[in-house]
Order: sequence, then C-alpha cells, then structure tokens
Amino acid sequence: MSDRLAAIVAAIAMAALFAPGAALGAEEITPPDILVKNVTLEVVEIIGRDKDIQTGDRRKVVALIETKVVPHFNFTAMTAGAVGTNWGKANAEQKARLTDEFRTLMVRTYASSIAAYRNQKFDFRPLRARPTDTDVTVHVRVLQSGAEPVKIDYDMEKTARGWKVWDVRVADISLTANYRTEFANIVRESGIDGLIRTLEAKNRSGERPATTAAAEKKK
Amino acid sequence: MRARALAAALVLALAAGCATTNGDPRDPLEGFNRSMYAFNEAFDDAIGKPVATAYQSVLPDPVRTWVRNFFANIADLFIGLNNLLQAKFEDGLTDWARFTFNTTIGIVGINDVASEIGLEKHNEDFGQTFGRWGAPDGAYLVWPFFGPSTVRDTAGGLLDLYFDPVRRHDPVDARNFSIVLRATGQRADLLDASRILEEAALDKYVFQRDAYLQRRRGLIYDGNPPRESSSRRRDAPRAESAPEAPAVPPEAPQPRAEAPIIETAAAPDSPARVRVVFEPRMPANYPAVLAAERARP
Repeated sequence: MSDRLAAIVAAIAMAALFAPGAALGAEEITPPDILVKNVTLEVVEIIGRDKDIQTGDRRKVVALIETKVVPHFNFTAMTAGAVGTNWGKANAEQKARLTDEFRTLMVRTYASSIAAYRNQKFDFRPLRARPTDTDVTVHVRVLQSGAEPVKIDYDMEKTARGWKVWDVRVADISLTANYRTEFANIVRESGIDGLIRTLEAKNRSGERPATTAAAEKKK
Repeated sequence: MRARALAAALVLALAAGCATTNGDPRDPLEGFNRSMYAFNEAFDDAIGKPVATAYQSVLPDPVRTWVRNFFANIADLFIGLNNLLQAKFEDGLTDWARFTFNTTIGIVGINDVASEIGLEKHNEDFGQTFGRWGAPDGAYLVWPFFGPSTVRDTAGGLLDLYFDPVRRHDPVDARNFSIVLRATGQRADLLDASRILEEAALDKYVFQRDAYLQRRRGLIYDGNPPRESSSRRRDAPRAESAPEAPAVPPEAPQPRAEAPIIETAAAPDSPARVRVVFEPRMPANYPAVLAAERARP
C-alpha cells in the first residue's frame, strides 16, 4: 500500500516538475493491466476496511466509485456503443445528456455489484498485447468455489490521459451490447429524447431505498 | 388439482402478456415469451425469491457451499462427457479427475478440493455441444420454470434433463428432496445477480434475453468469442445508411473457421445477413403458440 502511495506521490511530483514545457510523449502512462489490477485491489481493500460500506451505505459506495473507478472510464464511448446506430441522430446536447444519464446508471449498477462482493479472489491474467497497441482487452477472473471462474474483460483504449475503459464484459456479456437492443427499441418508439427521459426516470426511481425498489414491480 | 391450478396460472399469464413485440429477428415468439417471462416472474416473486432468501438466511455460508459443491460435483460427470463430445479431451479428463478427487478426498463432493489444486471447473452442457457442432441458436424461447432458452438449448436441455443423475436417483423422496434443494441453492446463488438485473435493466425481459444470448455464445466459444467488428460504435456511425433497419442485434455470430456457413459472403452489418443468421426454427409447440397469439386482443 505505502509502496503504491509512494509511487503515486512520486508520479505526481514528476508530473508537476515536468508538465510545463515537457514533451507529452515522455510522460509515463500506467499500462492497462497494471491499472486494472491497482484499481481493483484498491477498491477491494477499501471495501474490506470500511464498515459503512459493508453494512450497505450506498452514498459511500457511490463516492468510492466516483473517485476511484469512474476516472478510468470513457463514458462517451460506452454510451455511443450502447446507443449504437442511433448515436449519429443525436445532437451534441443530447449526446451529453445521454452520456450523463448512462454514466449514472453504470455507477449505480456498479454499486450493486460491489454490494454483492463476498471476498472472492481475483486472478489477473497476463496482458497479451504489443507495446505499440492502443486498443487492448484486460482479462480478470473472479474465482469461486463450486463454480467456474467468472470472467471480467475490460476493453481499453490508450488516450493522452491514460488508458480508458470503453466496454466491460462480464461472463462474456458486453454491457454496451446488452443495452443496444433496449435503447434501439425506445428510440424507435419515442426518439432520442424519449430515451433520455426513460433513463432519467430509471435513475430517479433508484434513489429510494433498495427495499422498496424490490417491492415495487412495474408489471 | 395442482396441475389444473398451474394451467390456469399459465393461461392467465398468457392473457396478461403484453403485446409489445419489436420484431427482433432472434425473437419471433416475443409475445409468447413475454407471457412466460411474466409467469416466471410472478412465480419467482411468490415462491422462488422468498424460499431462496429464507434458505440463505437460515443456512450458514459453509453449509450452502457444501450443497453447491455437492451438486456441482455430480454435474462434472456430464460436463466431462460434453467436453469429450466437443473433442476437448484435456478438459474432459480434467472434469473427470475433478469428480474423482472431489468425490473421495472432497467427501462426496462437498469440498471442491480439485479447484484448490488447480483443476478448474468448466461449464458445459448438451446445448453448448450442439452449438460447437455448428447448430445455430434458433428462436429465443422462455419456458415456464426453466426460463430463457433457445431452440437449440431446449434440445440440449432435454438431453441434460434426461441424463441428470439427480433426477435418476432411485428413492423418489430423496430424489425430490435433492431436486428442490438444488433448485433452491441455485436460486439463492442468483439473488445478487437478480438484484443487479433489477438495477441495470430498463426492460428486464430484453435485458435478460440479450444477456442470455450473449452468455451462451461466450460459453460455446469457451470465453473466446470472436470479437465483433460492430461491437464498437463511435461518433461516426457506419450503419446510418439503413435507418429503418431493425436494431442490429449485438449478437450477429461470426461464422466460425471450422464450420463455414453461407452468410460469410454478406457484408458484416447488412440486415440481410442478420435475417439469414436468425432464421427462426419452428418449435414443437408452434401451433399452440399461434393459437395463443390469435386469442389475444
């Protein structure tokens, strides 16, 4: 832990020293597999020692995701992937709102899966990519007893601000692909604005406590 | 008596099934499937979830792990067979080695010692074997109690059911108890997942269907499905040229190298290809389904 902290402090110090005037290319970017491993272990470690999160403090979980996980995601790319062919029909403002709502939905879903975490072990697979690759998939597996390991694959892209996730596949289920049909159906019925409204309503509906959410059924 | 109540519930579910069909080529029976989905949801809310929740709160964690491992160990027998049928000999032998270790050292399978010594568990069934042999998904289907399936996976599932060692166990009481215990344990293991589904999905039916189809595809390719060229859409959409084409299914399976199929020639994203790939098969109960469709207002 302190090693990593020291490394981060050193990195920040380096960045501060060299940022003005330094060539951008010289800046060291954390490799994608290392990034995934560090972030995962850090989040797990925080869950492990935070009693509030273990007892289901939703606000704290969301705050944890916002600070530790969200910065490594490219939500515009994810939203574009989920909206699919209709993305081109949205104007800039609609795109921004779609991204914002989809981001909220993702954070909330992620929060639910953190609540489901039961001290499973992670197996970080070695990255198979060339150093020059700018689009890679980082494989992680969650090990459990009596069942085959669950794969989590992060599709990541190299940007100037580091490696960013643009799709997550859990047990080969791509999040963006899974939303594509749903979103397309809504857009066909009520347009891009309809999709924005639906997402807003969905995100607002989840703000009440989980117990009532389970009791209330739509159909 | 119970059968009649069940039939009545099914008819009710059919009548209640909403008429939203989106013309998805993978799901030609969406009306029927949605009815079955509604029935399963109602059953799950009334019995499945409460029983699974009670099971989870009454039995301590280690006991539930024993139950899970016990049935997982029995399943390894036919997982091994399916691996052999798919010519994955090493995996098949691993599964049987797992069975041997877990049944003996693991005490009738309640401890998964094989995983601890590095013999990993696999996920195989006859539906996957058929898929490996080149059988397409066929139409998406939702069965009462059994949930999401496809024509191919239904055929596979019937074989799974036929060979199921638990179902073939002799004293009927022990057999019934085992089947209920296994189902309860499996439902309990899915409680978290269903909560996440609730959180994530706008239309749970569609979300579950697409997840099922993606998952099965991943399983057939053993976790290495060919990456779809269309899996990434950025600001410049290529499919703009065909605006009223049905939503391009995320799942257009790429033809596999070992079993080349005709669609290879078509352009990757053209609707024509999609239609070819997802040509619906006629399920055995199709006349009944059509009758049910007509009966709806």
